[in-house]
Amino acid sequence: MKSYAEINRKIESGKAVVLTADEIMDYVDRKGLEAAAREVDVVTTATFGPMCSSGCFLNFGHSTPRIRITEAWIEDVLVYSGVAAVDVFLGATQLRHGDPANMYYPGEFRYGGGHVIEDLVAGKTLQLFALSYGTDEYPRREMRTYFTINDLNQAIMTNPRNCYQNYNVAINNSDRRLHTYMGELEPNRRNANYCSAGQLSPLLNDPCYETIGVGTSVWLAGARGLVYSEGTQHSGAVERTDMGVPTGGAGTLALTGDMKKMKSKYVRGASFRGYGVSLSLGVGIPIPVLNKDILQRTCVRDRDIFAPVVDYSHDYPENTGRVIAKVNYEQLRSGEITIEGKKVPVSSLSSYHMALEVANLLADELRRGEFLLSEPVRRLPLDSKMKPMRMAEKPK
Amino acid sequence: MSDTVTKKFMLYFPKCECEKPIIYHFVKDFNLIVNVYRARVTPEEEGYLVLDMTGKPSDIERALAFVRTFNVVVNATGRGVTWSADRCTHCGHCITHCPPRALNFKDRRNREVCFNEEKCIECLACIRVCPFGACASAF
Repeated sequence: MKSYAEINRKIESGKAVVLTADEIMDYVDRKGLEAAAREVDVVTTATFGPMCSSGCFLNFGHSTPRIRITEAWIEDVLVYSGVAAVDVFLGATQLRHGDPANMYYPGEFRYGGGHVIEDLVAGKTLQLFALSYGTDEYPRREMRTYFTINDLNQAIMTNPRNCYQNYNVAINNSDRRLHTYMGELEPNRRNANYCSAGQLSPLLNDPCYETIGVGTSVWLAGARGLVYSEGTQHSGAVERTDMGVPTGGAGTLALTGDMKKMKSKYVRGASFRGYGVSLSLGVGIPIPVLNKDILQRTCVRDRDIFAPVVDYSHDYPENTGRVIAKVNYEQLRSGEITIEGKKVPVSSLSSYHMALEVANLLADELRRGEFLLSEPVRRLPLDSKMKPMRMAEKPK
Repeated sequence: MSDTVTKKFMLYFPKCECEKPIIYHFVKDFNLIVNVYRARVTPEEEGYLVLDMTGKPSDIERALAFVRTFNVVVNATGRGVTWSADRCTHCGHCITHCPPRALNFKDRRNREVCFNEEKCIECLACIRVCPFGACASAF
């Protein structure tokens, strides 16, 4: 019905009709699907939540004399330097040197990779300490210097897995308090935690990856980002509802973007007591209304999206695959779910408030003609399945 | 008791003023009902006391005047627990862990989190569970 080029022309002329995934269902109910599909050009989706599989590549430029870094720390957080001379990769979950971790359980994990990424984007001055063995052309063997993001040649966020399409609801069947990446879980199912933007989440609005694919332009913490691959653990071949919506973790996206253009409000280091460090990130993805079927799928409501309730005291750590129940996001967002007759208070680790803000910011950029859509160059796989790790006693 | 009010205060004790039985005097001399939320008062160190006082406004004033005579700082606005709107990402993880729901959504639709200081009982659960360090304790 519409092409990417047609929609982009409307965006450039400042005439695109853009709604958020939070507004579109009521609009379609009012106007009818056919009419709405003709009128609306783009639906914006978004999410803001902890995404452990995040990180960035940094290039420092060359010192005098030169160094080929073999080990390095930024603010005492180890970075991976097994790449070129002054390139490093900083991972979101890396702990600070000397952090006692869970030696005094539960550890607090106050500062780590995610916080370094936040501080970088916020423009703070950070310390680099680097070592090397010295070579003929890179003689320097040690350095300590202070820098901000502006001193770097590149600071490119490179996240192998973001935007999980649906996720577990965590609960605790045991009689002791658990400290997890899904937050604090009280014993005997006294609370439950979920982590998804539900009806606003990108891949739940394009459940079969018709518009979000490799090459899609995304709003990554305020910068123009890109889907560079399917994300790690992407699993398209999963149980789905009639609408195509997965009823558990499924697709994921690998995202990249220029950190120099990001806003620190949407890049936030997170400390999970007893678990470790992570990074919460704001991501917005536009869905072009190419036809009425695509529009219909953006009309998914919280009540149509189901998530598996999983026990984090036994079934998750032992990887049993057992699901206690399935609940929908309308129930989750009400603040209370009923599991096997028991009322359980629920909270979220994903911020719907921030996701709404991101969806609206992206919508405004599209309306002002500042953000153009890009047609994916490759579709995300629908047939791949996530494999468990094979524990081999001997080589094959 | 219709003319009584309940007010929350944080008292800061500079070094060495903690050997006095202050709560005893509040109750005995000023007819106050005292509800202590949290206290850390150790000899030879500075100390803090967060409490509710219920009684006649004039009695509360007299009680505060009494503690001020030995350099205790009375703070009626800054409480023992603070919440930073800038650090908060409004995920709402704290809400189920906050017994009096002092932390709650401002409105359920846009899901912005707000902090109602008056309701806070200073259990410190929010400090433990917030991944972003949005909540902090004065002591």
